[in-house]
Amino acid sequence: MPLGLLKYGLSKEHPAPRFFRDCTQPKKSYDAVIIGGGGHGLAAAYYLAKDYGITNVAVLEKGYIGGGNTGRNTTIVRSNYLTPEGVNFYDASVKMYEDLSEELDLNLFYSTRGHYTLAHTESAMRTMRWRAEVNKHVGVESRVVAPDEISQACPQLDIQCSGQAPIMGALYHAPGSVARHDAVAWGYAKEADRMGVEIFQMTEVTGIDVKSGKVVGVNTSKGYIETNRVLSAVAGFTPRITEMVDVETPIVIHPLQACVSEPMKPWLDTILVSGSLHVYVSQSSRGELVMGSSLDPYEMHSTRSSLDFVEGLTSHIVDMFPFLSNVKVVRQWAGMADLTPDFAPVMGKTPVDGFYLDAGWGTWGFKATPISGKTMAETIARDVAPDMIQPFRLSRFEDYELTGEKGAASVGH
Amino acid sequence: MTSRIAKKRGEWINRDKPLTFEYEGQQVQGYEGDTISSALWANGIRVLGRSFKYHRARGLLSFANHDVNALMTDGEDTNIRADVWPVSNGMQLAAVNTEGGVLKDKNKYIDHLSPFLPVGFYYKTFYKPKRLFPFWEDKIRKAAGLGKVNFNYPRIIKPKRYAHCDVLIIGAGAAGLSAAINAAAEGFNVILVDENRQAGGSLSYDHAGEQAAADTLNTLLEAVEAEKNIRLITDAYAGGYYGDHLVPIVEKSGITKVRAQTVIVAAGVFEQPPVFRYNDLPGVMLGSATQRLVHRYAVKPFDKGVVVTANDHGYRTALDLASVGTEVVAVIDMRADGASQELTQKVKDKGIAVHKGSCIYEAVPTKGKLGVKEVVVCPYNETTAEADTSRSVRLVCDGVAMSAGWAPAGALLYQAGTKMRYDNDLEQFVPGELPEGVFAAGKVNGVFDLKARLQDGRRAAGEAMNYLGKAVSVDTVKPVSMARPSHPYPIVNHPKGKNFVDFDEDIQVKDFINAAKEGFDNIELMKRFTTVGMGPSQGKHSNMNAIRILARIRQLPVEKIGTTTARPFFHPTPIGHLGGRGFHPHRYTAMHQWHVDNGGEMMDAGIWLRPAFYAPQGSGLTASEAVQQETLAVRNAVGMIDGSTLGKIEVFGPDAAAFLERFYTGKFVDQKVGGSRIAMLLDEAGVMVDDGVAVRMADEQFYVSTNSSNAATVYREMQRNVQLWGMQVTLVNLTGAMAAMTVAGPESRSVVATLTDIDVSAEAMPDGAFRSGQVAGVDARVMRVSFVADLAFEIHVPYKAGLHVWKSLIEAGQSAGIRPFGTDAQRLLRLEMGHHLVSHDTDGLTNPFEAHSDSLVKMDKPFFIGKRSLQILAKKPLGKKLTTFVLEPGFNGELPQECNLVIDAGNNITGRVTSISFSRHLNRHIGFAFVPPEQSSAGSGFQIRTDSGAMVAATACEAPFFHLLESKGE
Repeated sequence: MPLGLLKYGLSKEHPAPRFFRDCTQPKKSYDAVIIGGGGHGLAAAYYLAKDYGITNVAVLEKGYIGGGNTGRNTTIVRSNYLTPEGVNFYDASVKMYEDLSEELDLNLFYSTRGHYTLAHTESAMRTMRWRAEVNKHVGVESRVVAPDEISQACPQLDIQCSGQAPIMGALYHAPGSVARHDAVAWGYAKEADRMGVEIFQMTEVTGIDVKSGKVVGVNTSKGYIETNRVLSAVAGFTPRITEMVDVETPIVIHPLQACVSEPMKPWLDTILVSGSLHVYVSQSSRGELVMGSSLDPYEMHSTRSSLDFVEGLTSHIVDMFPFLSNVKVVRQWAGMADLTPDFAPVMGKTPVDGFYLDAGWGTWGFKATPISGKTMAETIARDVAPDMIQPFRLSRFEDYELTGEKGAASVGH
Repeated sequence: MTSRIAKKRGEWINRDKPLTFEYEGQQVQGYEGDTISSALWANGIRVLGRSFKYHRARGLLSFANHDVNALMTDGEDTNIRADVWPVSNGMQLAAVNTEGGVLKDKNKYIDHLSPFLPVGFYYKTFYKPKRLFPFWEDKIRKAAGLGKVNFNYPRIIKPKRYAHCDVLIIGAGAAGLSAAINAAAEGFNVILVDENRQAGGSLSYDHAGEQAAADTLNTLLEAVEAEKNIRLITDAYAGGYYGDHLVPIVEKSGITKVRAQTVIVAAGVFEQPPVFRYNDLPGVMLGSATQRLVHRYAVKPFDKGVVVTANDHGYRTALDLASVGTEVVAVIDMRADGASQELTQKVKDKGIAVHKGSCIYEAVPTKGKLGVKEVVVCPYNETTAEADTSRSVRLVCDGVAMSAGWAPAGALLYQAGTKMRYDNDLEQFVPGELPEGVFAAGKVNGVFDLKARLQDGRRAAGEAMNYLGKAVSVDTVKPVSMARPSHPYPIVNHPKGKNFVDFDEDIQVKDFINAAKEGFDNIELMKRFTTVGMGPSQGKHSNMNAIRILARIRQLPVEKIGTTTARPFFHPTPIGHLGGRGFHPHRYTAMHQWHVDNGGEMMDAGIWLRPAFYAPQGSGLTASEAVQQETLAVRNAVGMIDGSTLGKIEVFGPDAAAFLERFYTGKFVDQKVGGSRIAMLLDEAGVMVDDGVAVRMADEQFYVSTNSSNAATVYREMQRNVQLWGMQVTLVNLTGAMAAMTVAGPESRSVVATLTDIDVSAEAMPDGAFRSGQVAGVDARVMRVSFVADLAFEIHVPYKAGLHVWKSLIEAGQSAGIRPFGTDAQRLLRLEMGHHLVSHDTDGLTNPFEAHSDSLVKMDKPFFIGKRSLQILAKKPLGKKLTTFVLEPGFNGELPQECNLVIDAGNNITGRVTSISFSRHLNRHIGFAFVPPEQSSAGSGFQIRTDSGAMVAATACEAPFFHLLESKGE
């Protein structure tokens, strides 16, 4: 047992302080207001304080922190994208994640398990090679592997997938990891709070005050706040915020669902993804299989669950792992994914002065949490988006300079 | 069998069928109808499992399918819930999550470490320095999980069943039975489902000693039995509520998906454990669990017990225990006022002491913490939740029954969108605002008294029937409830803790207090930080107490704390049940069997199967040799490919031409009847989606083909746009109705000519021409095409005639040396011709300007899908261009693969190979690649990086590649 735990057993009073203060009433004004207390918003607050000394910041969360897609995703972190811009960006995120537990002084259970994107068709194999080649070029460890190597990493996997979709190979991505998603939000909240950022839960933004094309304040369920800088980091709620400032984006909202099995002794050490079978699966440190699938094929602003989803997903899970037939699904849930046409995010400045956007995270937001926080903080602090996120600027849709990541989405969407 | 008692009226065991099984190596006797837990308890076995985190010994808790600490494995299955799973002869059971047996579990030492493992301890350590985390993580993963999965477990998939009904009633207790009978009597079709093996709900254990209750139950069951409008499904649970009243009913044999007109939730309540130190010891169980043991399984729960309670149910429990010979030492009532005089007297008459205003401060364990030795009883202050330890009494006992309150089994109500409110009289959440077509009745609705429950069932049925349009008078007076069934705070502080709230996750009261101290002081954050309610029982016995504790910490009313979201499934549901049969359709062309018989190596092409090449048995052909031979046959003589997988859509109507003109990039209004044109489809962003061929068969009739993989997409998009644009167009998808084959090569004309009445001469049928006529005696549509060879005929015939025509052509071509060819040869052939394949050589961002398809885009049309984007793109410099290329003659290095990158002198990615093949016909490696525009003109050189990192020189080259033949040797 680590020595750090001794104090808990030896002291009479629970020796741990609050992660973050219980802020209730916002001040009259802030240097910056961040809408959305998920991983991204809290990370942006943290880096604003840490990198730029901007601590007079309010984070406004209409529910509880980490309660949106931060707490609903399947926790996979990887950088095996398709475009060099994407690979560089997500690779920077992976590198930050690797040191994040120490930096935030909180164990995020960041666990590098290796990530296999299974290919069941020739065209999938081609895409795997494409991604591997781009990844290698940028210095990210990805390669195409044959079925026997996959079997070595996961002997329980039926390479024939019950005869339904035999596996031809995979894109192996060594840095692929999982992390405890809630803790990422808590860790950023904790450290941001320590530096002076104020986090308001149960505080809803009802309007953004724009005068002559400039942000001057926000209306909230707890009153008006003066500020010249507002970041929207609200994932599935993005359209409702951008409407407030008349900023148009091509973002559409689709539900994305996931489910979790009952706990069993860990046996699945890697992260497996199958595009053809629309499955991604890993096993958590609690022993639960965390399973996700493709987006629901319709636009909807709701987090309701559907039976179709879990039926489809499990039918493919038994193709891959026939022996799981009588293992049970405990719980299913849904998040609202904000999708862009090119499957790359929207980051940076907008036509409204002082209104910054961190959105379009679709199904890939969690893995980008640190780097998006860092680059958005820079954007807010300097009012200039760093080069790294230029490919993700909102204006690319008007300029027809898309960043085509559709091929790298983990399962076919 | 030490604890089995004399036969009880209505017992669920069959004494004529004794059986034997093994538990942890010990022989155990039981009866058919026993659950694992009931049989073990009857045999005096008290330790049924070890807890998840601290490996504490645990026994029975609920007997209601949330005894998550009594999980078993039989060597095949794991995580078997002993409290509800029936025993069978010869079972060999062991508790999961133990090392070295349930009694001697080597991991029980972890219990002693618990002071050093505070709530969320794993967030606070193991990460400094980070290189040590893998070491700790490995330890944590070894300790995690419950049962071990059996990797040899067979694939079991259970087909789904489907059902519809007017009224779906969940829960066949008093309220549910009453609702069912009333709805069925009015002619409505009812499905009534209950997770127990027998209907009756709490009537089969609570009140079971009373004649009146037994009579009521019999009357209800007889009425249900007699009513043909009621389908009663027992031993089945409603897995969840999904939109539009879709409820999966989960049985051991599989899932029935029920689509109901209305749903009545009469699912009852879960008994909630009061919280005191060592409330988890084997022998401490819920009052309702003791009653189930007594009345369903005829098992005496303990020899000498106490009852701790905060409601009248505890008194009934005491009487039940006394009736089967348990010496009930005391009823400990946490309420200052206790029960009614009458009820108290009834209990006292049995010689049972009643301690009002008292609590169990702690239970005292036997050696090894394997059972209860005695309990410490103290006066209880309901306001402060403090026990007055200065006035404690020790009562010797071997068991404790706990009846302090209930929580609604309202998961499906929540999922349906019900707004629940907290009723301060009942101290329970009850439905406030119900969604349309959803009703609640009985205890889940806050109605506890038996008579009132029957009435409430009738009311709910009446409201459901009114909703369904039948005017039925409904007694809208809410039934009166009995004395407060739940205690507002049945939780006793203890400085030493181990007062458990969540038995799945070993969470104690102090964990909540400490979580709140650390800032996790709203219910959702508290849930995530403490993991309360996240175990397999999903908070059935823990969420309510967690809410009460948090309310007290925050000094807020319970209503303000709210609840966490109740998500499917109601109980964990097997993957094989949910997956069902799965659905993996395959489509066969009319010629499928011929391909197989002739050595076709069948490959998936979407959901179709197509031959990649032919290697007849005994031919000894390798794949590459077969492909080259097939290709050469087409170049030198004649070959034939099955093209039935092409999308085939007929477009009719006055607006047919105008529609295609809007849909595709080309012009169709001026197209001549009998001619064909390329039909290229873009998306709104100007990205190439498909290229097919449109044939004009008549003024108002087109026959359009699409790429095989896009058949469904293009048809769907056509349908959508016909609606959107409001055009007079009818679409018929003939993809499956027509077989298609392409005869290609210099001899193709002579082969086709022998079988058709169409004049296929070069003059009569130039490239691109379309003719209708007979081929091999069958009505056919014939096109001159040039995708794989300069001379080729695409023949479309009805599906049923496909094989006949195919065979006839093969026979007619024998003398010319006809060979069938597969998709691999087709790829090479079209490559030699210089034709790109959309979505093979293009990607999700490729526009026509980048793919040499400018000529197919008629920018002078007023509109087509993607035009607006192309207008913008046309003004921008191109970033890349698709070009055909060759490698050096005689190249024999490491061959570049498709998707290898094009790299410039500055080591930047400038493009990639999209196709590459060796052509024996040309004796060269040829391919397609994306390159910078300036490198796309013939003769430009560029470098390709291979898998191993070697650089290979390539040269852009004009297509078709046949000019290479003339320049051979240069």
